[in-house]
Amino acid sequence: MHQGNFDLTLDQITKIEGHAALTLKVKNGTVEKCTFEIPEYKRFYTQAVRGKNVTAIPQMVSRICGTCSNAHLLCSINAIEDALNITITEQTYKLRRLLNNGLIIRDHALHLYVFVLPDLYNRDSLLEFDEDIEEEHELVHDAFAIKEVGNLLAKWSGGRSVHAPAPTIGGFLMLPKNGEQEKLILKLELIRDKVIKIIKIFEKCNFEITEDILFSALQDDDYDFLGKTIITHENACVPARNYADHLEHVVKPYSQGSAYTYEGKTFMVGALSRMNLSKEGIHQNTKDAAASALNMFPSQNIFHNNLAQALEILHCLDDSIDILKKLEIKDEKPIPYTMKAGMGTGVIEAPRGTLYHRYSFDDNGMIINGDIIVPTGQNQICIEKSLWDFAQKNLDLPKEELSHEMEKLVRAYDPCMSCASHFLKLKIE
Amino acid sequence: MAKLRVGWFTFTCCEDSTILFTEMLNTHWNDWKDKIEFVNARILKANNKIENLDVSFIEGSISSQEQVDKLKEIRKNSKTVVAIGACACTAMPSGWRNSFDEETKEEIKFLIDRYSHLEKVEPLKTYITVDESVQGCPMNEERFLELMEKTLSNIEK
Repeated sequence: MHQGNFDLTLDQITKIEGHAALTLKVKNGTVEKCTFEIPEYKRFYTQAVRGKNVTAIPQMVSRICGTCSNAHLLCSINAIEDALNITITEQTYKLRRLLNNGLIIRDHALHLYVFVLPDLYNRDSLLEFDEDIEEEHELVHDAFAIKEVGNLLAKWSGGRSVHAPAPTIGGFLMLPKNGEQEKLILKLELIRDKVIKIIKIFEKCNFEITEDILFSALQDDDYDFLGKTIITHENACVPARNYADHLEHVVKPYSQGSAYTYEGKTFMVGALSRMNLSKEGIHQNTKDAAASALNMFPSQNIFHNNLAQALEILHCLDDSIDILKKLEIKDEKPIPYTMKAGMGTGVIEAPRGTLYHRYSFDDNGMIINGDIIVPTGQNQICIEKSLWDFAQKNLDLPKEELSHEMEKLVRAYDPCMSCASHFLKLKIE
Repeated sequence: MAKLRVGWFTFTCCEDSTILFTEMLNTHWNDWKDKIEFVNARILKANNKIENLDVSFIEGSISSQEQVDKLKEIRKNSKTVVAIGACACTAMPSGWRNSFDEETKEEIKFLIDRYSHLEKVEPLKTYITVDESVQGCPMNEERFLELMEKTLSNIEK
């Protein structure tokens, strides 16, 4: 163990979405300070939405985050539809589900291959994998192939994979063309073996940090990421619209992101939570292809968030194939509605966990208040706890190695700082 | 053949163009891998430097003096600077607070002060010379590809 005192500062955590930093201070062999900081500058979206018309809000708030943009888009549409009592058609539901599946495939693949895989192969970057080593060569090409299919699925269903222009309140402004479903199915089937390969890689990965924390996620019977009830592994069962009532905002003065506890407890949202709580809903073909990996859940190992994401890619792929096989696009217009004052809540499972939007607006549809709670804010305290616990147990590591290991641990949570710094809670002062 | 030394940087933004760029690698990396060296790209690698860059692509607007200083350092070490996406080119939509009314500005003042934000959010060109721009939210993919081809052909010459 290090004698005396030492400080460790990592100004820029790399291979994550957005800017984050960490600081560790050790005195007499004891961690005295360990902070996960979000230095991303606030953009004040909560204030910016006020006075804007609800029809403009989905595209506006999708700009909170580039990588999760379609999750924000769908969540805000859900909130507005909730306020206006709009019931969407089956076709709209399926297209939204495909759009979200495309997002999950693309976003998880970015995280697993581009951010995490270099740690498993001791490379600085996926782009520096050795093309002369067959395994590494294949993984680089697998990464691009899987991400591209996620992109294509989102483009087909939503018009674009980032800030999709087609989804709107009550339905879709543009509809995908019939006749392309079979080509998409073929592309999805072509990457299936590659996804099974990455599941096996993360199943064998021996990185381990276990945490005694609360896991929380939206529940749905068929793992569609769009459920209606929040559950936790302590058997809490909360209607999604009441979710925020169970969260407490915690001020971290060194961080521009808002942190939360769930009923005062440190908790985690994201793929690991979903897999721990809802794996029964995973597609049967995924269950058949990845039974041993699924058997590793429930798990308290934070690094199993990576394995859970790999499994979710396969689930989204199998689910999308099923939907596309039966989907014949009909010429539907968005459901008409009459604007009226109201308040609505949208909750969905974004790639990194539960995302919550709530808006209130007047008779003209002008926003009075908006509230948005993102997954990384919910995980922020848990990330710090893991970093603290890990540092305390591993003070004997050389500083450079300790820094690298702590960075790996942050990556396992797959934080998104663009989301986390979008707004503020004013009641904190 | 010398590789194009590329930097990819982000400031205040949602990083949509950065994500779009990583997705463009899906279909273009095979063509680019022998022609490009990423000297600085936080989203792709851990070992990053700001030195001797042929081209720096910069996404996002500028919110703090710390960002101004880093932006100027990038400019000093780059032959060409390209502003990527709406926030870098126009400061919007990251600069919503520039147009807040006085009451809302007062409401957020404690955070502006606590985190040392500058009074206004600015596009890159307020602080440095920008050689090229790719507009859009996210950036226009075709325009970016055109620019990349042009830059690569200059290196080949």
